[in-house]
Amino acid sequence: MLPKIFFGYFSVVMIVLSILIITRRNPVHSVLWMLALFFHIAALYLFLNAEFLSAVQLILYAGAILVLFLFVIMMLNLKEELTAERFIGEWPIGVALGISILMFIYFAISKFIQGPTGQYTIEAIKKETHTKTIGKVLYTEYLFPFEIASLILLIAIVGAIVLAKKKRSEG
Amino acid sequence: MVPLEWYIGLSAVIFVIGMIGFMLRRNIIIMLMSIELMLNSVNISLVAFSHYLQDLRGQILVFFIITVAAAEAAIGLAILVALFKNKAAVHTDEITEMKG
Repeated sequence: MLPKIFFGYFSVVMIVLSILIITRRNPVHSVLWMLALFFHIAALYLFLNAEFLSAVQLILYAGAILVLFLFVIMMLNLKEELTAERFIGEWPIGVALGISILMFIYFAISKFIQGPTGQYTIEAIKKETHTKTIGKVLYTEYLFPFEIASLILLIAIVGAIVLAKKKRSEG
Repeated sequence: MVPLEWYIGLSAVIFVIGMIGFMLRRNIIIMLMSIELMLNSVNISLVAFSHYLQDLRGQILVFFIITVAAAEAAIGLAILVALFKNKAAVHTDEITEMKG
């Protein structure tokens, strides 16, 4: 019973927070609500026995990506944002489309059958700590995708520098 | 014990909210944040699957999604800053250069 109450609290708060994120007029408020949402997601990961991912969520998403968003919003200084129209004119069509996709997903979930379970039970992970287990899988079975991920980050760094560089005047 | 379907339902609701935000808002910053919202909802369902199927592959995939999210935020915000320097606009209606 208690886990269901916890999950109910988290799901209600997370849905309300995500609606707040997409409806606020001021982008700074959206970023701050998103910070609260990321803390709740990290707590949900703890609930699912993924403590390393919970730490990564806090450090990377709440610590790095959101600060980048906040930095850019503060730098751009959007004054006319507070008076401009928030949504495009055809918003009822978008909401109807979203609700219909939600119906599709609901029917798909009702046909859901769980597959066979793997070897990483909670006891097996507890025997040699979660971080060690996940590192073993990541650096043996998924080594090649890991290298591709590092390449993607390198390309992102180079692309951001090229875009932000000032154009040098001729001569 | 919470059923797995509840986690998938929560993930679906947050994904659809992010999708609606991406379609309906006119501010590019909020649209980028809606993409982050959708990526996070997929992360929730992957971690839930990983826990209930007792397999670590879901949690490994979350790392790669976080990598892509970080790269997307860096590139997207750099494009936004370059756009704001040239046109002083963050609303999608004001950016009509490629309209033929």
